[in-house]
Amino acid sequence: MPLIKAGALVADPWVGVDDGEPLPVDGPVIVSLARFHEEREQLLGRGEPLGLRLKSSEMPAQLGADIKHFALVALEFPSFRDGRGYSHARILRERLDFRGEIRAVGDVLRDQFQFMHRCGIDAFEVKDETALQGWLAALAELSVFYQVSSDGAPDVLSLRHRRNAAYFDSGI
Amino acid sequence: MYRYDEFDQKIVDERVAQFRDQVRRRISGELTEDQFKPLRLMNGLYLQLHAYMLRVAIPYGTLSGRQMRMLAHVARKYDRGYGHFTTRQNIQYNWPALADAPDILLDLATVEMHAIQTSGNCIRNVTADHFAGVAADEVEDPRIIGEILRQWSTFHPEFSFLPRKFKIAITGSPRDRAAIRVHDIGIAIVRNAAGEVGYEFWVGGGQGRTPILAKKTRDFVAKRDLISYSEAVLRVYNELGRRDNIYKARIKIQVQEMGIEKFIAMVEEEWAQIRDSYLVLPEEEVRRIEAYFAPPAYESLPSVDPAFDAMRRDNRDFAAFVNTNVHAHKVPGYAVVSISLKPIGAPPGDASADQMDAVADIAERFSLDEIRVTHEQNLVLPNVRQSDLAAVWQELKRHGLATANIGLVSDIIACPGLDYCDLANARSIPVAQRISERFADLDRAHGIGELKIKISGCINACGHHHVGHIGILGVDKKGEEFYQITLGGSADENASIGDILGPAFAYDDVVDAVETVVKTYLGVRASEGETFLACYRRVGAAPFKESLYDAAH
Repeated sequence: MPLIKAGALVADPWVGVDDGEPLPVDGPVIVSLARFHEEREQLLGRGEPLGLRLKSSEMPAQLGADIKHFALVALEFPSFRDGRGYSHARILRERLDFRGEIRAVGDVLRDQFQFMHRCGIDAFEVKDETALQGWLAALAELSVFYQVSSDGAPDVLSLRHRRNAAYFDSGI
Repeated sequence: MYRYDEFDQKIVDERVAQFRDQVRRRISGELTEDQFKPLRLMNGLYLQLHAYMLRVAIPYGTLSGRQMRMLAHVARKYDRGYGHFTTRQNIQYNWPALADAPDILLDLATVEMHAIQTSGNCIRNVTADHFAGVAADEVEDPRIIGEILRQWSTFHPEFSFLPRKFKIAITGSPRDRAAIRVHDIGIAIVRNAAGEVGYEFWVGGGQGRTPILAKKTRDFVAKRDLISYSEAVLRVYNELGRRDNIYKARIKIQVQEMGIEKFIAMVEEEWAQIRDSYLVLPEEEVRRIEAYFAPPAYESLPSVDPAFDAMRRDNRDFAAFVNTNVHAHKVPGYAVVSISLKPIGAPPGDASADQMDAVADIAERFSLDEIRVTHEQNLVLPNVRQSDLAAVWQELKRHGLATANIGLVSDIIACPGLDYCDLANARSIPVAQRISERFADLDRAHGIGELKIKISGCINACGHHHVGHIGILGVDKKGEEFYQITLGGSADENASIGDILGPAFAYDDVVDAVETVVKTYLGVRASEGETFLACYRRVGAAPFKESLYDAAH
């Protein structure tokens, strides 16, 4: 599936491996939380970047110290109506201080892009390549926000009171 | 009143442009109706039985004359010359064309209004006591945090795709006129032992098919923690709230299923993590918003106006109006005036464009340019000099707005019902109209005293029937409309859910049933001063059941 990152379509170096499917010999893989729990030693012993795919019912806060093993977390949006991933993304960025890629997968639609981006999601698996135009347009539609968000955009309170807006120094 | 600064205005302007593009994509076919639905819903645009319906936000129910005139303009230019004020202090237009919706929003933006988050599974328009700022018993004007919460919740990155809709109501007085116990979050502004102002939080109230009263989650949240505590509640809800069944997705069900103690523990744990983060409410922002709600320049007036007293003595109609529609103001010589949008026999909450213009004029001349919308679907002029009451009454009368029935049997809340709504099972408005006509004699209505009838056309309870002193719920029985009666509900500081009395009544019989209930009350009340609700709470359902069901056999 095409992948949008930093405002462009990019090649995806990651391979998603379903539960029960054999692991490739090398290269970065994305596995489910269940598989990570079952094959922890083997996965960590591969010496390759490891990605984690979370269902919308799986909360990143419960990963605890394990988060350090991952270079990517893919958050599932089974339907655009299921908004748990927004909380998960903020927890990853703000509480677990996760600096790797957070990828939205599933029902990832144009009109959700900006909300996702503001929660710290920085990669978007989309249905086809025409989605890029929509992504670029969607992120340009609104330029001012009341809330501090993980994408580092200045919030109204900071602008209004000329406060230091550098709540996040992660550069995401 | 709050006024937009450049940032508020820019957010609303950009939203209008964004929505215009969404409508363009829908009309061109680029978006299917299914894809367009969540987008239009986040802008208050519903597809109803006959047409689109646009719901415009009136934050915490406060309007200026200029804004009311714009609402009249929208009614005239884009609708059929009227609008419908709702139980969430908003206004709905029932007949706009989809292609006009962006232009309506553009017009509204010129007077600092919008339709953002008036529907959809997000934090809805925040409501507050309609006597905010003028009630004598108020701890603090609830509109200050109403505006803070409006801004915080607008396009919130995390809480715009919640399990279900989420409603917040605020009261600044111990006397709850904002129905906080039947909201997802209810906030009561309180003072702690140290004399500091803060917030008592109630969570998990709601009506709908499972009516539940909110439970207190915290006695005191300090001002600086308002946003962090709210985020903690919302985050716990968003992460745990059910997505598999929309009937179980409201926070009230979540709280009920996990138990309030466990819910509170989770909120506290979350709150501890974010309490001292960037979510601390900056004092300079509180002060900035407070300044907009500073009391207007009241004149120093005598507390009694002799001409007013004389008029009240000499004119029976005026006296009746004062009795029900005029309320005490915290400043001597001033009064609060309720404008009934329940003239006998008319649909509750409707106002014509001409009436809206008239209210705007009267507010500018006599009410320091302020108007409120109440959750009981009436309007309020909050700042009227006692010496102007007679003139205001005359003006209101000229426009059919002086019905002296606030709080009485004909001051009915009703949802749009089967006449407009595609969810409804039964008509609501015609039932309200028929009850209103049955009790058209205002002398009789005054004799009955305070009595709140609330009517919903389906189990979703938009007409608040669960908290009506007399609640009426329309149901469908094999294609026929029937009406179930509940008694003893209330949405104030002593909130309660009404009791179902027995089998439902047919459309033709429901008004007789209501009259039977009223007559029974008049027969059993301890004195003329014992209200319907007090009487019901004293005697219970038995005498009412007997007269409604046993007498027939």
